[in-house]
Amino acid sequence: MRYSGWQVLKQGLTGNRGWKPAWRDPAPKAEYDVVIIGGGGHGLATAYYLAKEHGLTNIAVLEKGYLGGGNVGRNTTIVRANYGLPGNSEFYSHSLKLWEGLEQDLNYNVMHSQRGILNLFHSDGQRDAYARRGNAMVNQGDDAILMDREACRRMVPYLDYDQTRFPVFGGLYHPRGGTARHDAVAWGYARGADSRGVDLIQKCEVTGIDVENGKVIGVQTSRGAIRAKKVAMCAAGRSGQVAAMAGMRLPIESTVLQAFVTEGLKPVIDTVVTYGMGHFYISQSDKGGLVFGGDIDFYASYAARGNLHAAEHVLEAGMTLMPMIGKAKMLRSWGGIMDMSSDGSPIIDKTHIDGLYVNAGWCYGGFKATPASGHCYAHLIATDRPHEAATRHRLDRFNTGFVMDEEAKGSQHNLH
Amino acid sequence: MRIKCPLCGDRDQREFTYMGHETYLDRPADEGWSPAWDTYLHLRDNPAGVTRDLWYHGAGCTSWLLVERDTTTHDILRVDLARDAKRGRG
Repeated sequence: MRYSGWQVLKQGLTGNRGWKPAWRDPAPKAEYDVVIIGGGGHGLATAYYLAKEHGLTNIAVLEKGYLGGGNVGRNTTIVRANYGLPGNSEFYSHSLKLWEGLEQDLNYNVMHSQRGILNLFHSDGQRDAYARRGNAMVNQGDDAILMDREACRRMVPYLDYDQTRFPVFGGLYHPRGGTARHDAVAWGYARGADSRGVDLIQKCEVTGIDVENGKVIGVQTSRGAIRAKKVAMCAAGRSGQVAAMAGMRLPIESTVLQAFVTEGLKPVIDTVVTYGMGHFYISQSDKGGLVFGGDIDFYASYAARGNLHAAEHVLEAGMTLMPMIGKAKMLRSWGGIMDMSSDGSPIIDKTHIDGLYVNAGWCYGGFKATPASGHCYAHLIATDRPHEAATRHRLDRFNTGFVMDEEAKGSQHNLH
Repeated sequence: MRIKCPLCGDRDQREFTYMGHETYLDRPADEGWSPAWDTYLHLRDNPAGVTRDLWYHGAGCTSWLLVERDTTTHDILRVDLARDAKRGRG
């Protein structure tokens, strides 16, 4: 069924009895051309673009839980293309362009809202760095506006501009940035892939990857063996365990990132604001809750819940930047498992095993990458050549030295 | 999370800084770049379950510790001085 305003009217007038499930619930077949391990945003997007752009439809997406039940269902929903390094810059620019046409493409309301992102800076040095970043964004063809303190004050008057430790010097504004409804992105891609014939198989955990003579031949799952010509790993925080089934070790350490939501409030924050001195980012959801987060917990973890020190750090930063949020009651917090690569940038590449592909290392920025990750991964799987927007996302870059260290911290696991 | 430092006793996690997996104890002997360095610096088992990693007790005795813990539960199972663990490896 094609969704439209007309359908809403028609179904509404007929008791809403005509809505059908948005995708099937098929049993796994014995063999597929492509098996994708992981039914999150990236895996579903990959399946969608394989079907739409490359005409491959004999595809299964294997998900051990339910579709979109991982990080795509538990993030702070920010969409942006404000990277500075070659590699990341063209990739996230590509992603933002896909975002801008996504709802029409999927015929699904992902509630993509280009409400802008304001990255604040708090010193002369940081202003220079943000000016440089803004120029890199403009050179990439995206948008960036360097704003002074008074312009920021007009846009977001509720910040504590006069704090003595980290006064607001200004901000880098990215008007095309914004947010999207995270679950809807997974559901939209799932529906789009399913309608093109892709089998989305839930509650199907991959327990082994079968390799013969250096070539992948299929996977073992909790629902039986499935043969496959190509197998695409796309397991985010669980990438380490999936890769281990193929005897591989990845340059990835999984950690927890926490996020927080307050009770629903009337509209108060109409853009995304980030604090340059405390790694704090905040936006307001369409339901009214303030959604915010900060740093990862900074140690390897699969606990899916965080520790107090990181929560304290985030809340202190938030209170320093905008004391008004102290009046809101925090409703809930949660922790997701981040696949942190050692240089802070992702991997979309072939592996040393023929027919086995890897998509991992999204750190805490996988959501905005969802369309481009799927698009570029599908291109790689279908053609065995990297998409032009993802030529530097190589698995061997850590050994060859071509790391993409966006934050200039060093290619070391505990620094990103 | 609390970590029981062998020298200072049971302390809050805020006093410690995480360095990384115990892989860091096995520094390659090679002078120049080699795949051993890539393995040492980047590649990880990334276990979901029991792991051993290095923590620095910066706000305490400034010792390097080898902490055995469960990454799925936050349980701390065993803490040794990294110095002793390294000696044990020869």
